[in-house]
Amino acid sequence: MSVTNAARSAPARSAGRPPSLGGNISAWSNRHRKWLFAAPAMIFVGVLIVFPLVWTLYLSLTDSQGSVRAATEFIGLQNYLTVLTDTDRFWPAVGRTMTFTGVALVCEVVLGMGIALLLWRPFRGEKWVRVAILLPLVATPVAVGMMWRLIFDPNIGFANQLLGMIGIPPQPWLSGQDTALGTTIFMDVWQWTPMVVLILLAGLTSLSDEPDEAARVDGANAFQRFFYITLPLMMPTVIVAILLRGIDALKTFDILYATKGKGGGSFNEVETLNVYAYGLSFDYNQYGLSSAVLILFFMIIIGSMWLLTMRKKAVSK
Amino acid sequence: MTVLTPNQTSAGKPQVLHRRRKPLATRAYKAFRVAALIAVVLFLIAPLFWMLLASFKTNVDIYDTGKALFFSPTGENYANVLQRNNYFVFIFNSFWVAFVSTALSIVLGVPAAYAMSRFTMHRSALVVLMARVIPGVSLLVPWYYVFSNLRMVGRFEVLILSHMFVALPLIVYIMMSYFDSLPLELEESAQVDGLTPIGAFRRITLPLSVAGIATAGILSFIFSWNNFMFALVLSGASTKTLPVAIFDFVSYASIDWGGLMAAATVVTIPIMIIALFTQKYIVSGLTAGATKG
Repeated sequence: MSVTNAARSAPARSAGRPPSLGGNISAWSNRHRKWLFAAPAMIFVGVLIVFPLVWTLYLSLTDSQGSVRAATEFIGLQNYLTVLTDTDRFWPAVGRTMTFTGVALVCEVVLGMGIALLLWRPFRGEKWVRVAILLPLVATPVAVGMMWRLIFDPNIGFANQLLGMIGIPPQPWLSGQDTALGTTIFMDVWQWTPMVVLILLAGLTSLSDEPDEAARVDGANAFQRFFYITLPLMMPTVIVAILLRGIDALKTFDILYATKGKGGGSFNEVETLNVYAYGLSFDYNQYGLSSAVLILFFMIIIGSMWLLTMRKKAVSK
Repeated sequence: MTVLTPNQTSAGKPQVLHRRRKPLATRAYKAFRVAALIAVVLFLIAPLFWMLLASFKTNVDIYDTGKALFFSPTGENYANVLQRNNYFVFIFNSFWVAFVSTALSIVLGVPAAYAMSRFTMHRSALVVLMARVIPGVSLLVPWYYVFSNLRMVGRFEVLILSHMFVALPLIVYIMMSYFDSLPLELEESAQVDGLTPIGAFRRITLPLSVAGIATAGILSFIFSWNNFMFALVLSGASTKTLPVAIFDFVSYASIDWGGLMAAATVVTIPIMIIALFTQKYIVSGLTAGATKG
């Protein structure tokens, strides 16, 4: 529609006067505005994103390591073989990535839905609650990591003081081999549940009141109305929230690196795929190997996204 | 049922009726709701408040659990962080990188989002949005490779380019859903009145998109300000941004908790103030495109 407009209006303007150079340029750019507008961003994305991705693919097939200027040799799929048979670091990292993402997502969606329902109908002081929800969301993740380091410090932290008040013995939290991953999941839940709340709340407010009212008139109680009316209607939005949050959760790096440092702690207790790949690249300079990890990681992300998108299509029908 | 009754009775005293007939369950739910909301707010705010308190304590007070809430505040931590550790430089670096990368991304991203929305360029949009999915590390290796061969690692240009990798897709994503919601008729009637298509974009669509651009710009600024991984690899001693500066704080022998909390507060306060004043935009940006089929 607008293409025909372009063709129509450009000659119409220059009809009265002789064609000038400026007019030609203007007519040309109006005719090609689609690509004129899109090209700079596309080129930027191409150069800065597609090229690195192809390069990563290439590096994963070489023995590149040590210095970035060192000569490399093509070694085929050797890196992938090394990585996929590595039960010491790679597979545990896959497991931790899945645990972290899975547990965090479940907590965030359940809590997020609960909080969104609490906020759904207007109430006094709503403004303040909304501010409270926004603050964790915008806080710098590294600073948040440092904040939790103090709170979860086994000796001076507020967390153990709080447990002491209700008679529970102090926990090691971040410094415990078994508790560290759980503690970082808690931090993720604290910071990102608000994001899920905002998305679900946007979904809830766009719902029509009629099905809910009809069920109320028919005598359905609050639980029935939620599980049989609201939740099914909200399913597409819930899946969008899972999709957006899930991608970021899989890629979590800042709070893990800020709280546990290189290699996810001395026992690699919070080493997820992203932290592992970062360490291989920039702490050990194993560029070839880390590229193979990254390509596999990327495939995991794309795979889970594809599954969720399929699910969303099924639900939306 | 109870809701319907007052409406059905004649206009007599509906409000009084309504109040008297409100069932116990509703009142119980109201009490529960208030309690739950207070719990949520405490859960979200208390940790931040704790960080703020600790930033005004001496290290001796931080170790004294008896002085959790009552202590004599000191500004020493802030003085240390800002003066001795040169945080003003890092604040400027963070601000400059976030500002320039956001501005450039708006210049590149807004027209692109417009074209993608109006010409429904689904495949091009997908390429740009892919950038939101790719793990940052997989871009860092090649960038580091290239930029260290060019001996450019540690320069602002490199840092800004890397932050644009996050900002540009974000801006395209938000602006696409914004342009999708803008009616086409306005542009069309402007063209009928003699404006060229580009003129219509510049004089009609752009001025109408200020709110959308503000949304995208604020979010992109926040994401850039908070970004850690790119700066960790690509910044140098003179271009270090705040998140990296905080991270360096703990690599010293023993942790200076008061200083660390002051540093963490210095990073988060500006962004929280921005968030408070632009709350509406942030919420609409974060939920952009989330509710359409």
